[in-house]
Amino acid sequence: MRIFREILSPLAAVAAAFAVGGILVLVIGDDPVKTYSLLLGNSFGSVKDVGYMLFIATPLIFTGLAVAVGFRCGLLNIGAEGQLVVAAFATAWVGIKFGGTVVDVFGADVDYSWMSLPAIVLVPLCVLTAVVAGGIWGAIPGLLKARFGSHEVINTIMLNFIAIAMVSYLTQYHYKKPGDPILQTVPIGEAAHIPRISQFIPGMPEFVPLSVAFVIAVLMCVAVYVFLWKTKWGYELRAVGENPSAAEYGGISPKKQIVIAMTISGALAGMVAIGEVLGNRYLYYHDFSGEVGFLGIAVALLGRNHPVGVFVAAVFFAILYRGGIFVDAFTNHVSKDLVEVLQAVVIIFVASLQRFSKR
Amino acid sequence: MGEILSIALIFSTLRFATPLIFAALGGMFSERSGVINIALEGLMLAGAFTAAVVTYETSNPFLGFASGALAGGTLALVYAVACIRFQADQVVTGFGVNILMLGVPALISSAVYDSAGSTQQIDRQFLLPEFFDVNLATVVAFALVPVCWYVFYKTPFGLRLRATGENPAAADAAGIKVNRLRYTAVVLSGVLAAMGGAYLSIGQSSLFTRGMTAGRGFIALAALILAKWKPVPVLFACLFFGFTEALTIPLANYKINGDETIPVQFVQIIPYVLTIVVLAGFIGLSRAPKALGIPYTKES
Repeated sequence: MRIFREILSPLAAVAAAFAVGGILVLVIGDDPVKTYSLLLGNSFGSVKDVGYMLFIATPLIFTGLAVAVGFRCGLLNIGAEGQLVVAAFATAWVGIKFGGTVVDVFGADVDYSWMSLPAIVLVPLCVLTAVVAGGIWGAIPGLLKARFGSHEVINTIMLNFIAIAMVSYLTQYHYKKPGDPILQTVPIGEAAHIPRISQFIPGMPEFVPLSVAFVIAVLMCVAVYVFLWKTKWGYELRAVGENPSAAEYGGISPKKQIVIAMTISGALAGMVAIGEVLGNRYLYYHDFSGEVGFLGIAVALLGRNHPVGVFVAAVFFAILYRGGIFVDAFTNHVSKDLVEVLQAVVIIFVASLQRFSKR
Repeated sequence: MGEILSIALIFSTLRFATPLIFAALGGMFSERSGVINIALEGLMLAGAFTAAVVTYETSNPFLGFASGALAGGTLALVYAVACIRFQADQVVTGFGVNILMLGVPALISSAVYDSAGSTQQIDRQFLLPEFFDVNLATVVAFALVPVCWYVFYKTPFGLRLRATGENPAAADAAGIKVNRLRYTAVVLSGVLAAMGGAYLSIGQSSLFTRGMTAGRGFIALAALILAKWKPVPVLFACLFFGFTEALTIPLANYKINGDETIPVQFVQIIPYVLTIVVLAGFIGLSRAPKALGIPYTKES
């Protein structure tokens, strides 16, 4: 019965979003059925399609888990965007500094490195950097809340802007190849690259950027589940989220849990860097995120803050984002911005239904 | 230094402060009544988009400005229904409104004007008029500060509003209709924030572009916190943040040691860092209205 309700309200929110979106499509003068079939029907046609869709889903799983862990402790982490930007830059920095000389696309040698580490050392070091950098950036609002009681929502919003400005400064002034018109760093060393899934699955073209980061994302779903429901620490974290004063009465320190939850949340958001920097572009590109940090909120809400739900919701949004490209190309008037509208309506409806079902 | 500090800087400070004043005053009404307003950004976008479309189609900036305000009020009503009637989480819903206003204008403008997310350029003569380099909207924004101060502290409505934000149960016992008051406050915040957005698209600029508020809704929120939710300090906080934004223009061209420029990023982050510092209580305590973010249910 509980599971039924847990699934029903997200489905109702999705249905409501599609209804609102459908009306908008009609008003604009296009066919909703055709639009929705383009939106939903382009992710399963071939191995390549599935690969692209899962590539889009990977960062959403990470940010969805990040936001979900925060929610479970009663915190709203709007800062996943800043956390993953900081993590991505830090990861690229390690990949550049310890990756040795790189031959760029024009055949010229690029050397910003201090030394050249072998892959077996460099890859784990880069992954660790992503986790730690994201964790630190997430811990800041946690500490501020624990120490001064200042609201994590405002602080994470501010830290997003600070992160983006700082990283854009570092990229622009120190790690950009001179003359490069794009705001991106020099490439990371080849030893820092992680394998793409195409190496393991026959029929998956090599250009599909789906990497082992996806496998890590799935493992993280399991890890977050085990942590939250099978360990003492997870229990304490959830207890604070359910009722901070009762938890405190039971001997749990809400302040400590807030810091822990925000650190884990930031670390999970930081893992977006693994797929993006080590498995896709092999450098830090300033506009890479496309706001996946914010999309994580929709993913967590729709997934009811449960790792299984987060996975399903991430795949759902990935299907929409992949479909958006086809909507842009093959309808007369509708653009891929429809996906953002659907996302927004889902958020508003889930938020409205949740409280309503509690009463 | 003389190249940076100039008369032009004063005028650009006024220009950049204008949308912030509108939005922060709007946020003040909503938050002092007890409803968090993370949605300022989206409300500004609604105003900016509607004003640009109506002004382009009718060549009447006043009609455009009014339509923008109306659109903001309407969107704020939707937000208010979710937050008050359905007691939805205010931060999450406000966040949803912001995303909605990234999508909807882009969807409509790419369908109607066939351009990726922006509206048509409006002819210079149909923009909001300027007097001696000061935009009409700037004058309105500054005039609104004493008006809001008066409404807040000298009218029964203002008193009720402040009471509702601090202690809704007591306000209710005193005969104040808490939720109706909150609806009014939130809609008012939408109207004001949207005026700020409208100024951006038909005053400062001459068209709407996707996400053109570029975080100004959040800066306004920061100004509101810095100003401790009070109307006159809001003006000064917005002027200060407007100044930091204005400063990035001369800084970008200012050369030190031959041809190195001062990174504008260091100036850009000032409002954000300051907000964190103020929230942490390092510079005086900034205390939010007590009932902020808590839906009100009447005891029966």
